Amino acid sequence: MTSFTPKPEDFALLAQRPSLHHLQRPSMSYWQDAWRRLRRDPKASVSLYLIIALFMITLFGPLLWRVEPAREDLDVISYPPGLRIPALIVTDPVQWPGVHADPAALVPADPNSTQSLAATTTIRVEGEATTQYVRLTWQPVAGAATYLVYRNDHTPEAAGDLGLPLFQTLSAEELSFEDRLQLKPQDYWYTVIASDGVEEASVVTTMKVPVQRALTVSQARERGLDATPGQIVSLGAHPFGTDTLGRDILARVMQGGRVSLFIGIVAPLLFVFMGTVYGGISGYFGGTIDAVMMRVTDFLVALPFLLFMILFRIAFGIGPGESGIVPMMIALVLLSWENTARLVRGQVLQLREEAYVQAALLLGAKPLYLIFRHMIPNTIGPLLVNLTFSIPMAIFTEAFLSFIGMGVAPPTSSWGSMSNDGIKTMVNTPHELLFPALFISVTVLAFNLLGDGLRDALDSRMRSRE
Amino acid sequence: MLSYIVKRFGMGVLTIWFIATATFVAMHLVPGNPLAQEKAVNPVIRANLEKQYGLDKPVTTQYIIYITNMLHGDFGISYTQENRFVKDIISEHFPVSAELGLLSLFFATLGGVLFGAITALSRNRWPDHLIMVFVILGVSVPNFVFAALGQLLILKLNGWTGTTILPIAGWDGFGSMLMPSLVLGLSTMAYLTRLMRATMLEVAGTDYIRTARAKGLSTTRIFLSHQLRNAIMPVITVLGPAIAIITTGGFVVESVFTIPGLGRYFVQAVQQLDYTVIMGTTVFFGAFLVLMVIVADILYGFVDPRIRVEAGR
Repeated sequence: MTSFTPKPEDFALLAQRPSLHHLQRPSMSYWQDAWRRLRRDPKASVSLYLIIALFMITLFGPLLWRVEPAREDLDVISYPPGLRIPALIVTDPVQWPGVHADPAALVPADPNSTQSLAATTTIRVEGEATTQYVRLTWQPVAGAATYLVYRNDHTPEAAGDLGLPLFQTLSAEELSFEDRLQLKPQDYWYTVIASDGVEEASVVTTMKVPVQRALTVSQARERGLDATPGQIVSLGAHPFGTDTLGRDILARVMQGGRVSLFIGIVAPLLFVFMGTVYGGISGYFGGTIDAVMMRVTDFLVALPFLLFMILFRIAFGIGPGESGIVPMMIALVLLSWENTARLVRGQVLQLREEAYVQAALLLGAKPLYLIFRHMIPNTIGPLLVNLTFSIPMAIFTEAFLSFIGMGVAPPTSSWGSMSNDGIKTMVNTPHELLFPALFISVTVLAFNLLGDGLRDALDSRMRSRE
Repeated sequence: MLSYIVKRFGMGVLTIWFIATATFVAMHLVPGNPLAQEKAVNPVIRANLEKQYGLDKPVTTQYIIYITNMLHGDFGISYTQENRFVKDIISEHFPVSAELGLLSLFFATLGGVLFGAITALSRNRWPDHLIMVFVILGVSVPNFVFAALGQLLILKLNGWTGTTILPIAGWDGFGSMLMPSLVLGLSTMAYLTRLMRATMLEVAGTDYIRTARAKGLSTTRIFLSHQLRNAIMPVITVLGPAIAIITTGGFVVESVFTIPGLGRYFVQAVQQLDYTVIMGTTVFFGAFLVLMVIVADILYGFVDPRIRVEAGR
């Protein structure tokens, strides 16, 4: 048998393993935890950044993009998004005498001829075809007594598709026409038809004329542009294009965003506050007070919401076409708080019965302490979610009211009123509807997704599921 | 069950009275007068007009007359079209709105239940993700944008094919009803899809589904007679409020598609400040909505025995 007698050298001090002493998770407050969970939700964090970006754009955008939203520029009406709008400088138009044929050289109409008139030949454009004027001349047709000029703004679809009748010459000698009728920078199809006074020629000549945007020298000077004839200048950038009055849509979207977001944020803040106070009182006192107060909200739910919004506006004496942001807000606040009130009441009723609240009561806690230490912190999570979901509702309501002409009125614009303007011209110039509608949709989408994320993040039960 | 129905209807009548009173108060207890115009009116004419509309009487008398008339279904005469009764306007235009609303509700329910079931069955796979993207778009895009897009789609379709597949506007035949009711039902469909998905997933985790599976029932059988039947219940409760969303959404859709419904007429009345029409339509719509919610509640009571027990107590 061997015996072992331990000596002091046999013992070695082991290195301390600190990890063994820190097995629990780091201590985190409720809000830290919620914030961490929110940040881990990609949809919610992207939405949060998007909302911050939207606020930045509407608040600081107008400082960077210094275009007056109400400034009308009739030279660039309904212009699609573009950073450069080229325009030709032309000399100020002088009276054009036109082209007249020598009466002696004309072949007069033969009353016995049964033959139909020939087509007008060789239509020519005199000078440049610009938005200032298009000057047309043509060769005389034998037997013609007068000429008719038509203009089409799209590719002729059928043989008889001539477009707008513009002009009829007074005599056979007149062989020219100057078109100055609302010319836009696009292609036009001009048709000149000879007529003997009774019948029109059965064959016609149509010519495609591309029209160029042009400013006269004096117009260019007014704008402070380089006024050399023949020069091509740029009429300023419109990244989102312009509307039917030539107003810059980017500037208007940013200005309209201030109105839409202001209503969308302030009204929910007010009615959530109102609902919290109402629901808090109702839940805290309970009993008869609670029963009566909740009956009132039952009635409020039954009110046809949008009809009453409109009714309120009229009651305030604000007719259609007048701006009424304040009545709109008051109506929104008065009609929308009931949802929050129910939520808070339910929460307070439930919390009142919780063991820790009862314990605090037994220990002699004052009502104020109970409200601020237990009730409010435990209600604020669901309230925040409620607020986030109320914002899209308020933005939609504003957009709807402005859309039917009962919201903000010109010169103030909101996304809703801009959409209303844009919808009228959506076939030809969809960008006028696209941008305001896009901004409404993105804002509402972001708040909806953030609300979803917040609901999950603030639910402390989620922590144990991770 | 009978006492429940009676109680529910009693509350409903009270609510309608509240709506009528609120409408009256909103229109009378604030500064301004429906006959106030920019032009100065001869006092005699003014007095006659006030007499015709009963505005010379004290407010309480006006209120009693107003409620009494309303009980007889009389909402007064239009301010802008003096030969038309508001009740005639309502009875002429409301059927169109009702048709539009019912059809869109049908589309919304059908689509909501169908898509909701699909998303729940294919949870976290691509059909689920795809439909949920559409759902979130459906609740985030304002309905006038959908209306405009729908109209544009018809226009392009007609342009490509060269014939009129669907009419762009108006109210004549099923073809003209199709697009407006689809557009109108879209946001409700999105909401119902979401609801259906949530309840389907909830039901899927219950004990009776596990029992059914343990018994060896086929997946189709479980889905049809257990999961779907139970998941569809909450959908019925929201149908009442959904009608409210659809009728108010109808204002926009009817305006865009120029459908001669009550919603479009209401928007016109608002723009012309036709007070009696506005008041009459508000009370009428309010009463209609209250009724619909009650009907949905009672229907739910019939479908779900648990509610009956609760109400009988």
